Amino acid sequence: MSLNIPLPLFIALPLAVAFLLPLFGTKTRGFASFIAVLTTAALLVFSIFSFGRFEVYCVGRWTIPLGINLVLDGISALMLLTISIVSFAAILFSNRYMEQYTAKSKYLSLFLLMVTGMNGVVLSGDIFNLFVFLEIASIASYALVGFGCQHEELEAAFKYMVLGSVASMFVLFAVGVVYGNTGSLNMAVISKHVAENGLNTGLAFALALFIAGFGLKAALVPFHAWLPDAHPSAPAPISAMLSGVLIKALGIYSLSRIIFNVLGVSVPISWVLITLGLLSMVIGALLAIGQWDFKRLLAYSSISQIGYVMFGIGLAALILSKKGNPVWASLAMLGGLFHLMNHAVFKSLLFLTSGSIEMSTGTRQLKELGGLAEKLPITRSACTIASASIAGIPPFNGFWSKLILVIAAVQAGFYTLAAVTVFVSIVTLIMFLKVQRYVFLGELPENLKSVVEHRGLMAFAMIFLAVLCVLMGALVIYEPFRVVVLDNAVNALLDGLAYAGKVLNAQILNGQ
Amino acid sequence: MLYSLCFLLFMIGLYCVLVKKNMIKIVVGILLMEYAVNLFLVMLGWRKVADGAVAPIAAGGDLLDKAGTVSQLFVSRAVDPLPQALVLTSIVIGLGSLALMVAICIRTYEKYGTFDITRIRRLKG
Repeated sequence: MSLNIPLPLFIALPLAVAFLLPLFGTKTRGFASFIAVLTTAALLVFSIFSFGRFEVYCVGRWTIPLGINLVLDGISALMLLTISIVSFAAILFSNRYMEQYTAKSKYLSLFLLMVTGMNGVVLSGDIFNLFVFLEIASIASYALVGFGCQHEELEAAFKYMVLGSVASMFVLFAVGVVYGNTGSLNMAVISKHVAENGLNTGLAFALALFIAGFGLKAALVPFHAWLPDAHPSAPAPISAMLSGVLIKALGIYSLSRIIFNVLGVSVPISWVLITLGLLSMVIGALLAIGQWDFKRLLAYSSISQIGYVMFGIGLAALILSKKGNPVWASLAMLGGLFHLMNHAVFKSLLFLTSGSIEMSTGTRQLKELGGLAEKLPITRSACTIASASIAGIPPFNGFWSKLILVIAAVQAGFYTLAAVTVFVSIVTLIMFLKVQRYVFLGELPENLKSVVEHRGLMAFAMIFLAVLCVLMGALVIYEPFRVVVLDNAVNALLDGLAYAGKVLNAQILNGQ
Repeated sequence: MLYSLCFLLFMIGLYCVLVKKNMIKIVVGILLMEYAVNLFLVMLGWRKVADGAVAPIAAGGDLLDKAGTVSQLFVSRAVDPLPQALVLTSIVIGLGSLALMVAICIRTYEKYGTFDITRIRRLKG
């Protein structure tokens, strides 16, 4: 069973629908949301069928050194699936949630533009094209953070936009430097050039700029200042998108693609990645535990979980560049990428439950809540499942990815790093016990006696993600799934500079 | 040498973003960084007119060889057109983000009555 979806459809479909939606007025906005849901559902189906394929698409039939190309390999397919799952759930949720705001069709349009940008970043095989899609996704997300147009939203949007633009300028500068040094913008051609000639000073400078730029987009710790303001200020489904996939597609994915496949790994770079990962992990968790605003706590915990992903990827890079045992390298990479997927699912679920709680009670301050377990049963069970996943309690998905990361760190001989990973996991557990205690247990405040839960699509979106949290452990346990979904992605990155050969050969096989 | 001047301009923009307190000045700082990068991109494909540089349009004359394709002479004299295409794209993107940024500044001014970011501080923790 295979459905050969042309790669540009992943970008063209949401783009076309995004420009169609603002035509709908307030009376027909139900129809607009129906089209938007249909689009994301279609993208979800397409991304499921994109597994196991390796394909190079040359835009306009211009072959590789001349034209722009799109590349679908294991890691792209994994990211596409993650983006589609989270955007499907978020758009189902926003169907009811966004009724609180005006201009819903404009919201949906910006939402789909963001999806377009992320799909483009993930598929692009050309660094300047990657920058363009990165800007599409970023500009849509700046506008969405400020969508409420209240004091806090505008302040957060401005802060996010300034730091985001600085990050984009770093990336564009780096793209220019790479072009000046290699004479090409195509990832495969640059990769081939690096494999033959090695890194010169200019390319090393570009690599530093890339790390700063994508690190800002991914909110790794020295660059994290904007995230705890921007993510809580956005409407809940957008927080879910931003924390769930945007920082991963624009930050982690782009950074690892550039480092592994284009410019090549080396020992110092791997240590930079591991340090960034560890700092984010520890500092994010310690800052999160003191928060009393539910969404702000979740935002800090995102920084900490992104640290896990970066740590796994950095560890794989270190083992790879030290010519260590490739099995350990792929184990560390597997842990990192699996945690990326898991984090997308459970963190977006947590943001959706926070939205559900905020909509029912009108507040998200933990101290003003309490005793909601019986009032909001679906939200409560979804939140409990997500908390158990993020804290790494078996058999939920977070447990497996953290276990793999710890095993990989121990196997490679980094006992201290493994201990830090476990320690942060315990801090995360405490943080989410606090959430459970203050939101769902304890006394029900007088003014919350009459709250009702919003059912329908909102509940469906939460149940969908909660079921995934339970079932995703199967991705590592059941071998055929693991080979298709995760191992392909791991190998795509670990192939390193062999990426160039694969892309260029695939192009010849296509007969173009 | 010229490249380092470009980098200096980029750094002035970054300094402006990091140090200035007025929102509009921060926006100007971002624009400075953007122009520095655009200038850098243009300079990548730059050639001196004194060396006989021509625009990258193969119009005819001695620039085309007998088969009608571009000649070696053309390749050695024409300016690299790719960075110019990049700069056009990046200017358009910059325009979009500038419009959004100024719109956010105006709405913030309406809410807070000031452009001073030290007085726009409701989010903390």
